Amino acid sequence: MKDWFIEVLGKPNGIIIFQLLDAGQLTIYLSLIAFFGGGAIALLLTLMRVSNSRPLQACSKAYIWWFQSVPLLMLLFLCGLGMPRLFNIQVSPWTAATIALVLFTSAYMSEVWRGAIESVDKGQWEAGYALNLSFMEILRKLIVPQAFKYGLAPTVGFMVQIIKGTSLAYIIGFQDLMLIGKRWANSPVPGSEPFIIFPLMAVMYFCICYPLALYARRLEARSIKRI
Amino acid sequence: MQSVNKWFDSFHALNDINFATKKGEKVVVCGPSGSGKSTLIRCLNGLELHTSGTIDVLGIRLLKDGQSLRKIRENIGMVFQQFNLFPHLTVIENCTLAPITTLGLSPAEATERAMKYLDRVKIADQAHKLPKHLSGGQQQRVAIARSLCLEPKIMLFDEPTSALDPETINEVLDTMISLAEDGMSMICVTHELAFARKIADRIIFMDQGQIIDDQPPEEFFLNPGSERAKEFISQILTH
Ligand SMILES: Nc1ncnc2c1ncn2[C@@H]1O[C@H](COP(=O)(O)OP(=O)(O)O)[C@@H](O)[C@H]1O
Ligand SMILES: [Mg+2]
Repeated sequence: MKDWFIEVLGKPNGIIIFQLLDAGQLTIYLSLIAFFGGGAIALLLTLMRVSNSRPLQACSKAYIWWFQSVPLLMLLFLCGLGMPRLFNIQVSPWTAATIALVLFTSAYMSEVWRGAIESVDKGQWEAGYALNLSFMEILRKLIVPQAFKYGLAPTVGFMVQIIKGTSLAYIIGFQDLMLIGKRWANSPVPGSEPFIIFPLMAVMYFCICYPLALYARRLEARSIKRI
Repeated sequence: MQSVNKWFDSFHALNDINFATKKGEKVVVCGPSGSGKSTLIRCLNGLELHTSGTIDVLGIRLLKDGQSLRKIRENIGMVFQQFNLFPHLTVIENCTLAPITTLGLSPAEATERAMKYLDRVKIADQAHKLPKHLSGGQQQRVAIARSLCLEPKIMLFDEPTSALDPETINEVLDTMISLAEDGMSMICVTHELAFARKIADRIIFMDQGQIIDDQPPEEFFLNPGSERAKEFISQILTH
């Protein structure tokens, strides 16, 4: 693969492009992990938040409040640099970045989903209870299917935020698009000046994010039409 | 229902409510808006939990635990002012969901039962439409059928015709009258006094969270037990 790039684009351009694309993959993987890992926790948080139990609601609220108030950059520092110092353990940049992004994602996503669930008419809960359905039955069969149309567009939109968020992980040494790009930009190799590298990286982020953003916008337009 | 009180924070929504109904009895509840009518019937199936006093439904004490609630809800149907049909499900799915989920009927049995009750409210031909494609009156009849599918012993109605266009009110009232004639126990919040006179065994008049008046319709209309009730009736009649 690498050789092919060098052959076609020559040195050092082939190497630069290859390494950037390679690192771009990591960006995508990290985003996906953050999305699904964060999504799983968000699911639990949302469930707790809409439940009838005050203590569960409070726990979920506190978690969300805390992770929404701390900037992502701070979370990355805490996971990548703070935790290892504090507990005297080895934490790889991968692990640290994953934990930070999962925490960040879970808090925001559960807020999105809670909003979607609360957009569904309260009368649906009442009708469900009057028909002797249980909390989970109502949630699964009545509320979630209806909340979907409110939650889908902002969820896809938030994926864009996650992808952009991963770019901060370079700060703790995560070898993603950002770090590799910065390294090249700082190197004295001709053809890798910052004014070439950074626009190149911007284009790559754009290529990943734009289709998603577009899709989110389309979904939103569709759900507005349907209401 | 004995000495039932309900507080919303510092607001006294139900004030020392006492009443009992017999099997097959039809009770109409009326009164000015905000007097606690909805709160009263919502307490009967635990949509609101009462603050003090005791509520027994069909011999079951309504407590705050899930078990007694589910036992009671099994036997009480409720119809809402806003229908509250499930908009993402077709008419027939609206009717089969609860029987399949809570009674464990097979889809075929539930469908058969749903068709029976949709037929009963004269709307079987619309079974495969979504609620939004039906008129208000039709939607409310579907809501009635949906409740009947659990074969409840008591039906609660909370202003079932208040959200309807005048021309569809009668189809819903007719459905309720025919239910009443079949001997269903009913507690019905409504301002349709002609309907009340026709089916009610008793009329309860509420004001400010209290039951002011509780007597058969003839006497209620001839001789309201209070100035407030008298005022209320004349307002409705001249309306
Ligand atoms: N969930 C609630 N929280 C606070 N106050 C409520 C709530 N539900 C009803 N109320 C109050 O209780 C009173 C009685 O309400 P309701 O039973 O709906 O009256 P009605 O059905 O007779 O119009 C009203 O003043 C209303 O503002
Ligand atoms: Mg009311």
